Amino acid sequence: MHDVSFVRHEMLSPQPAPASQVGPLRWARENLFSSILNSFLTIVSAAAVILALAHLWPWFAHSVWHAGSLRECREMIAQRWGEDATGACFAVIRDRWKQFLFGFYPSELYWRPTLSFVLLLAALAPILFSAVPRRMLWFSIAFPGIVYWLLWGGSLALPICVYAGFLVGMLVHRLVGPRFGSLLALIGGVLATLIWWFYLAGPVAGLLETILPFLTLEPVASKRFGGFMLSIVIGATGIAFSLPLGVLLALGRRSGLFIIQSICIGFIEFIRGVPLITLLLVASFLLNIFLPPGTNFDIILRVIIMVTLFSAAYMAETIRGGLAALPRGQYEAADALGLDYWQAMRLVIMPQALKISIPNIVNNFISLFKDTTLVAIIALLDPIGLVTSIRADSNWNGIVWELYGFVALIFFICCYSMSVYSKHLERRLRTDHR
Amino acid sequence: MSEPHPVDASELETVDPKLLHVSDEVAIEITGMNKWYGQFHVLRDINLTVYRGERIVIAGPSGSGKSTLIRCINRLEEHQKGKIIVDGTELSSDLKNIDKIRSEVGMVFQHFNLFPHLTILQNCTLAPIWVRKTPKKEAEETAMHFLRKVRIPEQANKFPGQLSGGQQQRVAIARSLCMRPRIMLFDEPTSALDPEMIKEVLDTMIELAEEGMTMLCVTHEMGFAQAVANRVIFMDQGQIVEQNTPYEFFNNPQSERSKLFLSQILGH
Ligand SMILES: Nc1ncnc2c1ncn2[C@@H]1O[C@H](COP(=O)(O)OP(=O)(O)O)[C@@H](O)[C@H]1O
Ligand SMILES: [Mg+2]
Repeated sequence: MHDVSFVRHEMLSPQPAPASQVGPLRWARENLFSSILNSFLTIVSAAAVILALAHLWPWFAHSVWHAGSLRECREMIAQRWGEDATGACFAVIRDRWKQFLFGFYPSELYWRPTLSFVLLLAALAPILFSAVPRRMLWFSIAFPGIVYWLLWGGSLALPICVYAGFLVGMLVHRLVGPRFGSLLALIGGVLATLIWWFYLAGPVAGLLETILPFLTLEPVASKRFGGFMLSIVIGATGIAFSLPLGVLLALGRRSGLFIIQSICIGFIEFIRGVPLITLLLVASFLLNIFLPPGTNFDIILRVIIMVTLFSAAYMAETIRGGLAALPRGQYEAADALGLDYWQAMRLVIMPQALKISIPNIVNNFISLFKDTTLVAIIALLDPIGLVTSIRADSNWNGIVWELYGFVALIFFICCYSMSVYSKHLERRLRTDHR
Repeated sequence: MSEPHPVDASELETVDPKLLHVSDEVAIEITGMNKWYGQFHVLRDINLTVYRGERIVIAGPSGSGKSTLIRCINRLEEHQKGKIIVDGTELSSDLKNIDKIRSEVGMVFQHFNLFPHLTILQNCTLAPIWVRKTPKKEAEETAMHFLRKVRIPEQANKFPGQLSGGQQQRVAIARSLCMRPRIMLFDEPTSALDPEMIKEVLDTMIELAEEGMTMLCVTHEMGFAQAVANRVIFMDQGQIVEQNTPYEFFNNPQSERSKLFLSQILGH
């Protein structure tokens, strides 16, 4: 006979788990030494890492931070550590770090890019973190105009007039909308903005300048921009504009309106089929031929446009993937509730499609940022271009690792931050099982 | 495809017939409506007049065009011939008419189609805020009112993924009701649910019927049809084959197709 009835009279108090089942010991056993083969691989890998560090270590340990030239560095290392000792000559970075940051920006004006960078962080905060008050977004919107003014100098009137173009467009859209329908309102708004920019913004800015002369900073030419400042200007602008442009292209490609669809497909396929370098060369040499003579279309602006278009094409395909992954029921539910197309896209479809695509979108951002180094090809002095020019200096001729290593390190920090942020965002937006 | 799942009518609360008032006012009028998917003639010469306050159950074998029919009513599908007039507005390709009709007609889907990135409350306030331009606070009050009605106010700040199927479907009903629709369309609202959750959804729908909502409901819940419907429409091969009161339809079906269908879902 089995005894089927049971009553517990004393409740058990919680006990700590056995020491061998928790903590670092267990981790090591499970992850490093779970089998003979794994133990062997662990030991071999550890040996390889130690060997590599042992070779690299003297190079760092013998590094020289104060010297005027590579020859001086070498002499100091030989003197201190013996004839055939190796050592890093970080003196070059100490000597040239300002150039790495600002290129040939006038040194008495360094405060302007520095302030811009601080403002960049402030403008990013409300976009990146939900804890920051939403009202800060207004600053994020004003930020590009302020930074343009700070970096290139000139009168604040110009950015103000460019922004006014958006207001003009919105006003026309409001006025046309109720009477002539949403499509005409959209076309009218865009046209009004363009007309304002091309014909009215200039004179109005001129007028404004005479009224507010104190809002004028000393102008700095684009060719003096360089270093990480240039990378960040191109990268951040490209990132900021390629996402919305990519969204529009993706929507256009799925719109079912023949002409819009064809334009979007044509654009995406063309851009994806052409190397970025080609586009940059076009921006640098060919664009001037097509533009009316005498127009001064800034080289950095041209590069930004090309980088943005290039990235937007990839972004569009990424987002299209996200859109395709959404169940049809989401579109139908939004329609059935009476949301119009743009409301459905903005409130229901895009938030979900973008969320699905976060890893790929950030992937695009990272490659865009790294691709900014390609502008060295068209003689802009981004960090890579600067390395070339520093190495051409007779003082630092022959130095390689220190410079490229430094550039790589900074790029790694930037790109890795983006990657960490994307993981954070994915976690924050996870709503299925919390 | 969903299995027919007849709930015994005795499980559901009986409805006081006095509450189920049908007026003479026309809510939906469909005349000579035809629809094709490419070459496939999916709806053939549909004629149907729905009066305000009617509860119509649409039954029929899978693929007979039931979903397509009710999806035509709020223009999720376009018809190619004939006329559909909803609340006095004729459905045409005019976007203004479509948006107007969609905000008057609520729809509940088989797979709920809640928005997973929004909380329950946000799901319910989205359309009132953006389509009706209701102030946020007022929209939230309305939403809570309807969430209380479907008996899940305590879930308001959760996300749809955290709710059971039956709860999600009740939220979907509340979400439609927040737009204060005059007509509700249901497309197999209980077919994706586990049996123990079907009743809670049907009870919600019955309450709605008692309040005089005009309802068109594609369902295989014959118990529900007997309890609340005033008319059953039987469809096959894209056509309306038979219409009758539930009592007559179930006890005395006229066409061979209805008899076969009923014997399949009721006769064991
Ligand atoms: N988007 C579509 N394209 C082509 N055929 C479709 C489409 N949707 C439904 N059908 C076909 O139309 C017929 C009716 O479908 P449906 O209205 O969903 O039937 P029911 O809801 O009665 O099961 C089916 O044969 C189905 O295969
Ligand atoms: Mg169906």
